[in-house]
Amino acid sequence: MSGTYLGMPAFPTAAASSTQDGRLRANLRYATHTIRDKRAKAVAELDDWARLRAAGAAVKDRTLRHLDHYLEQLEEAVTAAGGQVHWAADAAEANAIVARLVRETGEREVVKVKSMATQETGLNRTLAEAGISAYETDLAELIVQLGDDLPSHILVPAIHRNRGEIRDIFREQMGRWGRAAPEGLSDAPGELAEAARLHLREKFLNAKVGISGANFMVAETGTLVVVESEGNGRMCLTLPETLISVVGIEKIVPTWQDLEIFLQLLPRSSTAERMNPYTSMWTGTTDGDGPRTFHLVLLDNGRTDTLADTVGRQALRCIRCSACLNVCPVYERAGGHAYGSAYPGPIGAILTPQLRGTASELDASLPYASSLCGACYEVCPVAIDIPEVLVHLRERVVQGGKVTRRGVKTVLKPAKGHAAERAAMRAAGFAFDHPGVLRAGQRLAGRTRRLHPRRLPGPGHAWSDTRDLPPVPAESFRDWWRRTRGEEQGK
Amino acid sequence: MSSRDVVLARVRRALADVPRGEGPGDVPVPRDYLRTHGSRTAEERVALLAENLAEYRAVVHHCAEDDVHMLVMRLLNEHGTQHVLVPPGLDPWWMAAADPVRIHDRAASTARELDTVDSVVTGCAVAIAETGTIVLDGSPDQGRRRISLIPDHHICVVRVPDQVVDSVPQALERLDPARPLTWISGPSATSDIELDRVEGVHGPRKLEVVLLSE
Repeated sequence: MSGTYLGMPAFPTAAASSTQDGRLRANLRYATHTIRDKRAKAVAELDDWARLRAAGAAVKDRTLRHLDHYLEQLEEAVTAAGGQVHWAADAAEANAIVARLVRETGEREVVKVKSMATQETGLNRTLAEAGISAYETDLAELIVQLGDDLPSHILVPAIHRNRGEIRDIFREQMGRWGRAAPEGLSDAPGELAEAARLHLREKFLNAKVGISGANFMVAETGTLVVVESEGNGRMCLTLPETLISVVGIEKIVPTWQDLEIFLQLLPRSSTAERMNPYTSMWTGTTDGDGPRTFHLVLLDNGRTDTLADTVGRQALRCIRCSACLNVCPVYERAGGHAYGSAYPGPIGAILTPQLRGTASELDASLPYASSLCGACYEVCPVAIDIPEVLVHLRERVVQGGKVTRRGVKTVLKPAKGHAAERAAMRAAGFAFDHPGVLRAGQRLAGRTRRLHPRRLPGPGHAWSDTRDLPPVPAESFRDWWRRTRGEEQGK
Repeated sequence: MSSRDVVLARVRRALADVPRGEGPGDVPVPRDYLRTHGSRTAEERVALLAENLAEYRAVVHHCAEDDVHMLVMRLLNEHGTQHVLVPPGLDPWWMAAADPVRIHDRAASTARELDTVDSVVTGCAVAIAETGTIVLDGSPDQGRRRISLIPDHHICVVRVPDQVVDSVPQALERLDPARPLTWISGPSATSDIELDRVEGVHGPRKLEVVLLSE
């Protein structure tokens, strides 16, 4: 790992190596199975879960269909409460705004709450280039940052690391960033957490600037909400003099009352708890309590392009709970890094190619990083039909079509490398439209079955490299039906 | 064109499929989910709160008004507390028997000063039985958000049954979004290392909740 997503290989290449990593697979299997079983129990406790889920999806749909209205309402409410609102059309602009705001405070160090949005924009790199050190304070993010690594899970970014690896990272790296790990640090989770506590406390107590994301923003009141477990979030949100929150424009809920839905859906779906240990809610600034200056940076960065796609739009309902990662058979084996973005797993497979477009080989490969088993849809607390969007995006990759990029409507050309697939699909379409052709083809295939290779020749080998060819039966189903039931049918 | 205009214009173009006459309120949101999960007497509600708090490894104490000062004293002594943070509006009776030096939370005190304090005693705004959650809203008996965060030991006094509600929807109805709010469910915890739950990374490692019968 080099701490960047840039230039990462396409999913099949990345997954081909990660699936060979026995330790990674063992860590992932244990972690995902543990969380998925706990989640199922936490969800089963609420007998109105299906209704909460429908309400959650509906609130998000209302928000998305009238996002301009709610953005303006939110801006007005935050401003009235003493906050300052900034708008960023893309990642570079968001990072530049944050770097400028930090520079204006005169500080060279910031503490950060775990935030998907700033992971997506690569904020830490921009800050480093501006001479500003950004300290990740979530334990898992700290492990990732000290290891010059990338997060591999939305909720548990260091899910791919076991305790021995974490101890080694702490021993070797903590001293470079601040307080060194205690002598003789063991790999007991309690001791590792204590080492992190001591290491980070000196950062918190000195911090003048905090940077966060937000789980929700309430348009009606201008309230921001951050849910967390450790208290590092509370430290970053309340101790510094200046707080800068970078939040995707889709994270709005219309009313205060709407939080009653999401504060039930999110904790049970993500950490499988009735409620996460800490939730912070703040509205602008409060005299004598918390930061004196509050900046909200509203981030587009491909979200409006996603909004323009009426099928793909539902991906913006996502509340980043990570339930879909924990049930996904593909994620469990390939690991989060193979997805090459801040958003791994099934949601990443539909969100990333929409936020970034499908121009790169990696992004075009993501809609295929799925078995389409549908487990992700089952567990999604806001009912995102991930398989539907996956198929929709596959169609876009293969056939091209109308898309919006950076706010401009364009026509996407069919992706290269899918010519054989298109030809095969056209041939299949023709055969299915012409029963005689289909019958002849099936009989031919059945009679020549002993001669079939185990791998496809020519362009088909890419498909059969990672799959076993199914054996062809001696007789087609249609022939079998005709032979055994044909006479009955005639009567 | 400012980025604000750019983003808003993109949003409007992206929503070309939304009929012109449709208002935000025209998108239906079914609210047929439950306001509470089950019906309980006040006593049962408090019992459920105690159960869920304990499951999240908070230490729960039951106490009558007459004895609360003795209980608070005992809890502080057991923790070995020498300095205790006291919000300005805390009921003086609760602290009437406590020995430790009281530190008053002032806006001017630095985080580093607060870091030398062992314990904090606060009231609360509301407690949620179904989730085992206490909510602080910065009222004078609860103080600034940071005082329940920096010391390693938090004693929170909940007046029962008045301050206890069944559910999250009922709690939100009672809370004022204009105030800074902190929802606390059990002590600080992490499961980031092989999903082993460890209490106390940054917030108080010990949360004691006193259920005070009025």
